[in-house]
Amino acid sequence: MISARGLRKSFGDFEAVKGIDVEVRRGEAFGFLGPNGAGKSSTMRMIAAVSPVSGGELRILGMDPAVDGPAIRARLGVCPQEDTLDNELNVFDNLYIYGRYFGIDRATCRERSEELLEFAQLTEKAKARVEDLSGGMKRRLTIARSLINRPDLLLLDEPTTGLDPQARHVLWDQLFRLKHAGVTLVITTHYMDEAEQLCDRLVVMDKGLIAAEGSPRELIAQHSTREVAELRFGVGEHDGLAERILDLGQRVEVLPDRLLVYSDDGEEVLSQVHTRGLQPLATLVRRSSLEDVFLRLTGRTLVD
Amino acid sequence: MTTTIDHDGPLSAGEGLVRQLDYWGTVYKRTWRGGIISSFVSPLFYVVGMGVLLGGFIEGDPARLEGATSYLAYIVPGLVATHAMTLAIGETTYPVMGGIKWHKSYHAQMATPLALRDIVNAHLAFTLVRVASACAVFMVVLSPFGVFESWWGPFLAWGTQVLVGMAFATVVYGVSARMQSEEGFGLIFRLGVIPLMLFSGAFFPIDNLGPVLAWLARLTPLWHGVDLSRMLCLDLVDWPMALLHLVVLVGVTVAGWFWAVSGLEKRMGDL
Repeated sequence: MISARGLRKSFGDFEAVKGIDVEVRRGEAFGFLGPNGAGKSSTMRMIAAVSPVSGGELRILGMDPAVDGPAIRARLGVCPQEDTLDNELNVFDNLYIYGRYFGIDRATCRERSEELLEFAQLTEKAKARVEDLSGGMKRRLTIARSLINRPDLLLLDEPTTGLDPQARHVLWDQLFRLKHAGVTLVITTHYMDEAEQLCDRLVVMDKGLIAAEGSPRELIAQHSTREVAELRFGVGEHDGLAERILDLGQRVEVLPDRLLVYSDDGEEVLSQVHTRGLQPLATLVRRSSLEDVFLRLTGRTLVD
Repeated sequence: MTTTIDHDGPLSAGEGLVRQLDYWGTVYKRTWRGGIISSFVSPLFYVVGMGVLLGGFIEGDPARLEGATSYLAYIVPGLVATHAMTLAIGETTYPVMGGIKWHKSYHAQMATPLALRDIVNAHLAFTLVRVASACAVFMVVLSPFGVFESWWGPFLAWGTQVLVGMAFATVVYGVSARMQSEEGFGLIFRLGVIPLMLFSGAFFPIDNLGPVLAWLARLTPLWHGVDLSRMLCLDLVDWPMALLHLVVLVGVTVAGWFWAVSGLEKRMGDL
């Protein structure tokens, strides 16, 4: 569906994307993870065929965006990071008019708009002004709008940023259903739980490059340990205490509010910590998550 | 789902417009009430205030009014042409910045098969419809006042007014697309629209300006539109001059269109 080789994007002197290779297959949910400024959104805009490629090769649905931009965009659904809903139109018209841009005839457009309102749980709001919708409703409407042309490939740029937990779960459920219906999803996010929930495969981007690639499970296996012991000490004590437990895990990470000790046996780490006479204020042993991989790859790792 | 790959390339200009018809239709439905005031009511104030009441103090001497038998007949063609300009500028300043920055309709449109050029075309087509309908109503309302000297002249004059609107619409669109902040629009209205309106021969013959300023006025597209519109309404057509006016107006519109499209492509083509 998408194939990029040495893909680059620069704005003047600033290089946002510095040569990435990506392969997205039909029917999968693919994620771009990374901190702000990693180049995710620039990559997404190139894939959406609205931003010209600065270097390297990009093929979307087998086509070159520089040549077949309109044909590519006809098969894509785009849910941008910032809502681009028309505040001056009502909810229904936002769907209907957007569908018309794709050359879908009026009757079909009306039919699909009704269906999508249902899908987005916005049927009662059909005549409401977009301005009066909550953040979650706007995101649902934006996603519904991106489906009006029955896209083969759906691009979602930070779909749940700024939403409350309830709204996020509703959205995740809808994205799951789309995936089951065979739509290929490409998602950018900086929420690790979202990536773990939704993505079959993902890349972690940092400073315009790909830092790691694989399924969530593979990435955890490659870049983290089975378990993590979290130790919370008093404010300001973490840096000093890290030195004393370096040997307890494969790696120790210092966060502002706690220490993370990466080890295959978290309970063993805790008992060793106590044996050494250290008294953490709070402790927790948990399985490694994608967040640990993310911090490892993009965060400031103190000790390896 | 199957992927049908068609290498049709860009949409045809007509298809681009058709697909945006519903959008601009709803914009019209939403704005026509307010539009009536600016399109029809305020120009009528001008006609009554300046043409009839102020004109009552002005001797209808055809020798001094470029052949018009009354001041009203003199200013009507210029007023309508000027009105076409202001309407066109109104539609291509704040609404263009709105599409780029505020309601962001352009961002939504460019994510679809529409190209930036199609977006510009539809916006300009909407402006054309607004200007053409407003000028047509204006001309019809004025027809009983005895200000037209032939039956065919007003039709061509109307075409001229529409052309004046498009000359300004395209050029100002290009400026708006390049403008980062709406503060510049105040400048366009105060230092552009108002002087053009007052000194391009709509209210008095430009010869009254003195030789230097009169030549300056002749360089403005509005003067060409006003003069051509007046010739046609008064049935006093100087054909070579009329042709020159037409060439200038068409030339500015065509160049303005390229300027408008390149403006939006520069602004939004490389985000």
